[in-house]
Amino acid sequence: MDTITLAIQFQKKIDQDIKIEPRDWMPDEYRKTLIRQISQHAHSEVVGMLPEGNWITRAPSLRRKAILLAKVQDEAGHGLYLYSAAETLGITRDEMYQQLHTNKAKYSSIFNYPTISWADMGAIGWLVDGAAIMNQVPLSRCSYGPYARAMVRICKEESFHQRQGFEILLTLSKGNKAQQKMCQDAINRWWWPALMMFGPSDNDSPHTAQSMQWKIKRFTNDELRQKFVDVCAEQVKFLGMTLPDKDLKWNEAKQHYDFGPINWDEFWNVVKGNGPCNKERLSTRIQAWENGAWVREAALAYEEKKAARQYSYDTENKTNQVPVS
Amino acid sequence: MNAETINLNPASTNTMAIHALLHLADDSLIMGHRCSEWCGHGPILEQDIALTNIALDFVGQSRHLYQYIATQLQDISNDVALTLIDFDILPEKINEDSLAYLRDTHAFKNHLLVELPNGDWAQTILKICSFSVYRFYLFQLLQKHTDLNLAGIAEKSLKEVQYHVKWSSEWIIRLGDGTHESKSRMLQAIEFLWPYMGEMFEPVMYEKVYYHLDDVTYTSLKNNWLDKMNQIFEQATLPTQSLNQWHQTGGKIGKHTEHLGYILAEMQFLPRTFPNAIW
Repeated sequence: MDTITLAIQFQKKIDQDIKIEPRDWMPDEYRKTLIRQISQHAHSEVVGMLPEGNWITRAPSLRRKAILLAKVQDEAGHGLYLYSAAETLGITRDEMYQQLHTNKAKYSSIFNYPTISWADMGAIGWLVDGAAIMNQVPLSRCSYGPYARAMVRICKEESFHQRQGFEILLTLSKGNKAQQKMCQDAINRWWWPALMMFGPSDNDSPHTAQSMQWKIKRFTNDELRQKFVDVCAEQVKFLGMTLPDKDLKWNEAKQHYDFGPINWDEFWNVVKGNGPCNKERLSTRIQAWENGAWVREAALAYEEKKAARQYSYDTENKTNQVPVS
Repeated sequence: MNAETINLNPASTNTMAIHALLHLADDSLIMGHRCSEWCGHGPILEQDIALTNIALDFVGQSRHLYQYIATQLQDISNDVALTLIDFDILPEKINEDSLAYLRDTHAFKNHLLVELPNGDWAQTILKICSFSVYRFYLFQLLQKHTDLNLAGIAEKSLKEVQYHVKWSSEWIIRLGDGTHESKSRMLQAIEFLWPYMGEMFEPVMYEKVYYHLDDVTYTSLKNNWLDKMNQIFEQATLPTQSLNQWHQTGGKIGKHTEHLGYILAEMQFLPRTFPNAIW
């Protein structure tokens, strides 16, 4: 079958909402787009362990410590599902790590911001996981089967994380003056970067149109961002806190909240590597990888020895067997 | 136990029970803390998850133990609690958090072994394995304890401990019988950690009184531990060890290494900055 026929059949499947599976024919660009997006997503989970991970040892109660540990562990698990989903497209986990470590693959820029107070654990849960869910729920209907299925499970856990984050902030908002201040400060710092998580405005998003045609994406960046603002503008009232945007206002005609301009200059700079923690996050990942090299080599060497011993045991037993005539 | 019956004599059964339980809880908490430091930094993503799981088990065990201690201390006066627990900030309430966060190094009763820095993967693995094998044999005894609450905690924890032993011993074997480098790192880990192993088998007063274990049982605990460790070492093609040499002690009576202070400074700073805040 020629490529044009295959391409027509492929798009037909997409249009009929039939999932594309690893062994199915797919256009190279579709494969590339998915590898880029899924590996970026996997890297975000793994790099995302760091900003929260550094509060595990400082969590202010044993209950919070256990919850945070479990949460960061969930993120590692999400990384695993996603790396596995990407591997079905013909790339290895080691290749993806290489791309991350050499700056060829990106991860969500939000993790290049520092976590400087306990309230950040709440703000990340509420805003960052909240924005992630907004992005990811539609992905569980994405046209590529393994990605869609990984997202179903991930979204369930993420919404649990979001509730836990909101609960951290709610507790702080009912606490003493210092705790309330900590709470507002964290919201102020995380709000705008969270809005940036939806990616550039539709006019500046080069991949959106194609990704929507392939049903990798179901909504545009701006549509999802608006939905997020509408939800958060209401939720923040329960906390008795405010969002740091003087232009935030309900628009009766649009039935949406209006909000102020996003600082895209900051966004692009963080993407380019100039965020407060880009260098630190990447070098931490590289260091973990390099420090672990001897461990991985040892595990491999041991498995090889074990296999060789098993082989010689099997061969020996075979030669000792009385041949059946 | 209540205000009327509590006996503050340092050798009283009540005091011994509380101190032994604190010792068990502190061991779990500090082990959990050290294991959790690996989170996000492990050599293999799957192993990062496994080790975080182990950290969670330890933190969970410490919570059960601290909660049990707190229920025993519900009705006693602050003065008694302060002396018995050695709080250095008077908590509004004695609960798992005040026990974990408002005591300083001298009040912590964990083994020196568990507070030592993680070092490399070999050192971390050996620490988890040696401590878990010890816990395995100890909890097998404690699950038959007359204090049914402790027996219950020991029984529940045993399932976790068995997994910790399996996971860590498999790693010792992989590293010992892996590459030249991994073997030499295992040997270095043994050399560094071995002087801290003996403390586990030198019971202090509160262990003797509360565990109700006689000298014979203690000797067999030690022998069982050493046999199991040597079995693992043999499989790992590592030299077998003995416990006859000089070893470090003091953790169980509050005389710690310099490391514990840093652990507590990090762990406790928030609750100490905002006493009585709810998190």
